[in-house]
Amino acid sequence: MPSGTLAPLGSGSGSALSYWGPNEPHLPVSPPTADIISTVEFNHTGELLATGDKGGRVVIFQREPESKNAPHSQGEYDVYSTFQSHEPEFDYLKSLEIEEKINKIKWLPQQNAAHSLLSTNDKTIKLWKITERDKRPEGYNLKDEEGKLKDLSTVTSLQVPVLKPMDLMVEVSPRRVFANGHTYHINSISVNSDCETYMSADDLRINLWHLAITDRSFNIVDIKPANMEDLTEVITASEFHPHHCNLFVYSSSKGSLRLCDMRAAALCDKHSKLFEEPEDPSNRSFFSEIISSVSDVKFSHSGRYMLTRDYLTVKVWDLNMEARPIETYQVHDYLRSKLCSLYENDCIFDKFECAWNGSDSVIMTGAYNNFFRMFDRNTKRDVTLEASRESSKPRAVLKPRRVCVGGKRRRDDISVDSLDFTKKILHTAWHPAENIIAIAATNNLYIFQDKVNSEMH
Amino acid sequence: MGTMFARGLKRKSPEDGEDMEGGLAGARATPSYSLQRQSLLDMSLVKLQLCHMLVEPNLCRSVLIANTVRQIQEEMSQDGTWRVVAPQAAGRAPLDRLVSTDILCRSVREQEGERPAPDVGDGHTADLVPGLAVVPSAQALRSPQSSLWEVDSSRENRGGFQKSLDQIFETLENKTSGSVEELFADVDSSYYDLDAVLTGMVGSTPSAHASGLQAFASAAAPPPSSSCRSDLGELDHAVEILVET
Repeated sequence: MPSGTLAPLGSGSGSALSYWGPNEPHLPVSPPTADIISTVEFNHTGELLATGDKGGRVVIFQREPESKNAPHSQGEYDVYSTFQSHEPEFDYLKSLEIEEKINKIKWLPQQNAAHSLLSTNDKTIKLWKITERDKRPEGYNLKDEEGKLKDLSTVTSLQVPVLKPMDLMVEVSPRRVFANGHTYHINSISVNSDCETYMSADDLRINLWHLAITDRSFNIVDIKPANMEDLTEVITASEFHPHHCNLFVYSSSKGSLRLCDMRAAALCDKHSKLFEEPEDPSNRSFFSEIISSVSDVKFSHSGRYMLTRDYLTVKVWDLNMEARPIETYQVHDYLRSKLCSLYENDCIFDKFECAWNGSDSVIMTGAYNNFFRMFDRNTKRDVTLEASRESSKPRAVLKPRRVCVGGKRRRDDISVDSLDFTKKILHTAWHPAENIIAIAATNNLYIFQDKVNSEMH
Repeated sequence: MGTMFARGLKRKSPEDGEDMEGGLAGARATPSYSLQRQSLLDMSLVKLQLCHMLVEPNLCRSVLIANTVRQIQEEMSQDGTWRVVAPQAAGRAPLDRLVSTDILCRSVREQEGERPAPDVGDGHTADLVPGLAVVPSAQALRSPQSSLWEVDSSRENRGGFQKSLDQIFETLENKTSGSVEELFADVDSSYYDLDAVLTGMVGSTPSAHASGLQAFASAAAPPPSSSCRSDLGELDHAVEILVET
């Protein structure tokens, strides 16, 4: 567990990394909704960090190598590339808008000098290739430096063009567009460990694609009932196993997890394993089902466990035990008595994500009031931290926060009734190897690092 | 299924209850379970209707809300309280302020302390969690209010609501711009007033629009037999208009 010394990984200019640019100070304006961050994802080495927003843009940050020459930039993340991934569309058949909001970004494992990622909105997945150009040829025979054709009479000798260094240019190009695969809204994409296929899941179906083929996909899960009136359960999240290319898991709105083996059948309607915790009858209420709906599922890096997030808890499941999770952590149990109000203002439908650290020893998830929580599986300690501008001054150390539920109240405690439910941290990501985390708080991106323990425990 | 709160039982606060004859003047302290349940039902129906926006509605949210409506409806049918009780509607709570609503969120364990030993009911117990009480309709008829609602009518209403739910899902599935217009074509314009929908009374007494349980108390004063039955009829009729495509 980071030893409680999380500090903002920011520039010397005095603010946590702003969403708008590398070293710009925060602009205290109310953000347009297009800037709301909707997904955050590190690549496999942690060198790159991609964010997607409601306006369909993707911003990629790159970690600067630590150098003695610039002691201020201790491996900071600076903007590497920005591009418009998706545009708003109109479905004429249904007379509905298709939002350009980026729901998920997943990086492909790097196979050459270029980086590739998949980004998706509700309906269409796109494969983007990101390449660098830092040299350019000079000394053409027929063209001059500006590219204009030379007057041939002035050419007296032949030369071989030479590659000269130039300012780094990052070029992004769409290589594939995987369209028309989904009737319902895509909630997850996951790249297979075979690096050739990936899956996309919507509310009722999961499709398997080959990365090189855009006009065909295989439907591997279909839970749409023959009669839509009988619909009582939807797919909420889905992920491939990190090592076994035939296994994947999907979660449902009823709180169950289904592990499927693609070798068993073409259509994986019958799960290999069903993970479901029996309901606690003493805690039953009209909201029991809603709060049991799983909003995110993530395999551990080891592949041995799964992490799920429902409205009030995060749970760790052992793939070998279907009956119940092996660990349950309360994220904000003080909300249990407020469920009716949270239902009324729709907050009960918020979908929080969860994340493992690189060694699977600590899990993290977001909450309200710009709080996020970390649970150490070994020491069983947990901490609540806040992502805010006040806490993000340079060299500041994040102070643990506490929500009080009546009873004794300490000085810096926040009472449940003063929590800001508009400030929700839905998207978080953890560097694959180091103790660096990325937190999306509405339109701001915060990057924190454990200064004392940079390496994973 | 659901938390059972049988009728005619000792309640936490003596002023609470659905004793409509006496009014609920003293019901300030704790809103009764049935009131809140009704309010939840109305809120859920409104949420489902409000799904018809420019962007396709979130299917997961719609399914969860619909399941909640089904749960409430089933419980109300089983304990025979299937009727329209003018729910107090304080409007939508602002996002940054929480209203403490304890009864609905109270666990069964807390509520069980207020109930007598559970009675085994009819064949519906099969899918109920063991330990929860099922009040057979006959038993429910004991108290004066519930005598209004025969089992038949509750089944009919359940059918009506099921039909409404199904139609909601059909419209979600086969969305065309035409159907959206049709949905609201015949609706009395007063239905655009959310408060009217929430209170479940179209063209009702003025006092129904006042918020708070005190208002409910006075609104509930008139003898329930005729007004409640007509209220149910109106709500049902209204829902059918809203969802009919």
